Amino acid sequence: MAQASRSGLSGWLHRVSDSDVWWSFKSSPMTVAAAVATFLIIAVAFLSPVLAPHTPFDPATLSLSDGLKPPVLVSPDGEWAFPLGTDDQGRDVLSSIMYGTRLSLIVSLAAVGVAMVLGISLGLISGYFGGAIDAVIMRVADVQLTFPAILVALLIDGVVRGLISVKRHDEIAIFVVVGAIGLSFWVSYARTVRGSVMVEKNKEYVQAARVIGLSPLLIMVRHVLPNVTGPVLVIATLNLGLAIITEATLSFLGVGLPSTEPSLGTLIRLGNEVLQSGDWWITVFPGITLAALVLAVNLLGDWLRDALNPKLR
Amino acid sequence: MLAFILRRILQSSAVLLAVGLVAFSLFRYVGDPVNAMVGQDTSMEERDALREKLGLNDPAPVQFFHFIANAARGNFGLSYRTSEPVGRLILERVPATLELSFCAAVFVLFVGVPMGVYTGLYPKHWSSRLLQAISLIGISLPTFLIGILLIMVFAVMLHWLPSFGRGDTVRVGWWVTNFLTLSGLKALILPSITLGLFQLTLIMRLVRSEMLEVMRTEYIKFARARGLTNRAINFGHALKNTLVPVITVAGLQLGSLIAFAVVTETVFAWPGVGQLFIQSVQFSDIPVMAAYLLLIGLFFVLVNLVVDLLYFAVDPRLRSQGGGARVAGH
Amino acid sequence: MAAASNNQPLLEVRNLRVEFPTRRGTLLAVDDVSFDIAPGEVLGVVGESGAGKSLTGNAIIGLLEPPGRVAGGEIRLDGRRIDNLPYEEMRKIRGARIGAIFQDPLTSLNPLYSVGRQLVETIQTHLPLSSSQAKARAIELLKEVGIPGAEMRIDHYPHQFSGGMRQRVVIALALCAGPRLIVADEPTTALDVSIQAQIIALLKRLCREHGTAVMLVTHDMGVIAETADRVAVMYAGRVAEIGPVREVVKHAKHPYTKGLMGSIPSLGVRTEKLTQIDGAMPRLTEIPRGCAFNPRCTFKGRRCLVERPNLMPAGATRAACWLHDSGGVGAPIPKETVDA
Repeated sequence: MAQASRSGLSGWLHRVSDSDVWWSFKSSPMTVAAAVATFLIIAVAFLSPVLAPHTPFDPATLSLSDGLKPPVLVSPDGEWAFPLGTDDQGRDVLSSIMYGTRLSLIVSLAAVGVAMVLGISLGLISGYFGGAIDAVIMRVADVQLTFPAILVALLIDGVVRGLISVKRHDEIAIFVVVGAIGLSFWVSYARTVRGSVMVEKNKEYVQAARVIGLSPLLIMVRHVLPNVTGPVLVIATLNLGLAIITEATLSFLGVGLPSTEPSLGTLIRLGNEVLQSGDWWITVFPGITLAALVLAVNLLGDWLRDALNPKLR
Repeated sequence: MLAFILRRILQSSAVLLAVGLVAFSLFRYVGDPVNAMVGQDTSMEERDALREKLGLNDPAPVQFFHFIANAARGNFGLSYRTSEPVGRLILERVPATLELSFCAAVFVLFVGVPMGVYTGLYPKHWSSRLLQAISLIGISLPTFLIGILLIMVFAVMLHWLPSFGRGDTVRVGWWVTNFLTLSGLKALILPSITLGLFQLTLIMRLVRSEMLEVMRTEYIKFARARGLTNRAINFGHALKNTLVPVITVAGLQLGSLIAFAVVTETVFAWPGVGQLFIQSVQFSDIPVMAAYLLLIGLFFVLVNLVVDLLYFAVDPRLRSQGGGARVAGH
Repeated sequence: MAAASNNQPLLEVRNLRVEFPTRRGTLLAVDDVSFDIAPGEVLGVVGESGAGKSLTGNAIIGLLEPPGRVAGGEIRLDGRRIDNLPYEEMRKIRGARIGAIFQDPLTSLNPLYSVGRQLVETIQTHLPLSSSQAKARAIELLKEVGIPGAEMRIDHYPHQFSGGMRQRVVIALALCAGPRLIVADEPTTALDVSIQAQIIALLKRLCREHGTAVMLVTHDMGVIAETADRVAVMYAGRVAEIGPVREVVKHAKHPYTKGLMGSIPSLGVRTEKLTQIDGAMPRLTEIPRGCAFNPRCTFKGRRCLVERPNLMPAGATRAACWLHDSGGVGAPIPKETVDA
């Protein structure tokens, strides 16, 4: 305990390296591998404008004569310029995957952000004010939970399509998808936060803060939110995996991102249309990337849940 | 017990009513029922007349009541896309989806539960660790990707199984079934596995963690202290206690198979309600979306009721209290 | 009733060690514990939580929870070594030769099965009886443990019984196959004070009638004084003192036991805390060199800081304390001296 008095960065580093969470991280090679993989995929995806060998969705750079080239390592017809082959339009599969992953990640992260903000706010309101507001919010949550997230997202997408024109829809598709996924994931945050608020709000220090006239908002942000960072972080990580899957599924079903701005799901759909003719690489490589990304994120989420909740193990 | 079930039915009706309200709002305010029924060149006066005749100028609660009453009789109006009655469109496609979901459910239960029990009983064994790792890959693979991979291997490369459609079907009354022909049965295999795999990994992981939880309880330790055989402890005591929480989640999971069928039906060009729903989303065919929403809601309510009845069969604490809240924990 | 030294003891525990490997090193939770239990005898095992008394009981019934393990010593039942038996052999002994009663009757019974079913399955596991014979025996047992209307109650589920009644059912379950020894781990701690005396009286009566020996693990000195023939006092994983209950209560020889006895307001009344001794029992990771009790001991000398005492004769009991050794505790320690 002698070192506990160290301050600043070294103190923080010491606390981290001595903590149970860090210990459980270090002692799980799978988790370390997942963390590295997640980091790598994210880094490569966001650097794709720099790293990608081609700009696959700029029509000027495409040539149909490059179409349907197989991957280099499996066929003598391949070219090193297109290591993972090309699709029927002559687009480089590797570059498409890098750009597609970036788009998938942007959409999923934004969707999780929307769900988190929405869920935490509704949870705070529900738990703090109680009564009719609480009842309404929680019943809506119950009913929504009856439907799988993908269905809720599909419905929202369908409704938006009904309200606006098709052309306009392609322009705002990305916002529709973010909103649809975000709206379908808010429930678990709201429930967690609400539970914590109900526990905290009757504690003496909160009562005292109320007596001295602090605003409810300030009380909640100061005293309640810190208590839920752990669970919210776990939900967010596990949700990120789900959001990536949901976005890919929507795009695969043709109601997500348009083919002019393809995410991983869109790429798989485009590849699937020519799968019967045996040009497997157009589908398989984006598929592997998607699965690897979700697997790595899920491993991190699983570990985080276990590390923060030893009881659940 | 009767009071308990009545209360559950009442709650279910409330949920169904809420779903109905959403469906009604979609039907009435997002779509325009009049547009669907008339041509481009219909005059405003004629439209207004039709509006009056259809009761679209009535107060909203009255319209809602009419909507629910019509829905109860299977009348959901006409599809924007095909101009056919939505009720008939859906009814034609219900058997395909139900048969697919049923096969997937059987697959999930008869493979997932034993795997969960095994990995829960022997968590340290290498095969359990392997299954656990595979299950994590299973929940990381999106359903459509699993379907594509299965098609690639078993249809495109090996030519063993068909990659799309129901194969040969037989009509029994209004119900069109896959179960009576070999080609129909073969056509069911890949879609059922695709639809079930995700739920299977969830069920397996759930059964495993519940089993681990139960194995740590005092009554299992006491059962060991009484000298009961491993067999009696594992399958008599632990498994039955594991089933209590598993029934709820498994019920809901299996219920959601119907909804998840949306993706599988698209991958395998399976002519069910899910495929119909996707088409309606793409075309913003509001009446079909509203009807589908109600159908799924109804199905969930039914599944929930069955789950409650199963609870009574398994847990004596509910039976003797003559109702009341579910007893938390074990 | 003194321990029969000539006759074969029912249970012999010799130099038992129980270890827990943890990430901060291996903890020795039970360290070199030895004692006997004669047929029909009630041995009380008393100590604070963490003293190792429950672990000793679990080691005897072969149900240490992993990663805990028996790391040394022997346990013999009727002369036969049982600590190294294969699981299946030990299973046949549990319930048949050694019964167990756990602390909390609320959680000891499976909530989904009637008490009758749980009794019958235990009986049929160990005795060659038909279902109807087993059921008759189950009803007999329920009557014996004082459950009114046993014929009807046998079909009831655990949640339909009160706490005290449930512990009676647990006792019936422990007695199913007529064991020679019962390991009762805090059998009354979870019960109402008013019920505790009834359950203890019942346990004592049944064991006298059946000639069953009992290892009664508790932190409640009052219960021990009322029930036990002999008592073993445990401290930090070791036996501090063992002897006939009257001697230990009236003429305790170990300073820790003296403090413990001082903390009983009067015999037969439940004590909440053992508050008489300053300080607390050391954690297993921080057991001091020499006698584990030395930080709290007012009689300690130099020797107590470096040399660990084993049990030695001390009047009518045996105590692990250098006060009773011819060599004594060694030179006195001046106050305020910090030993390096």
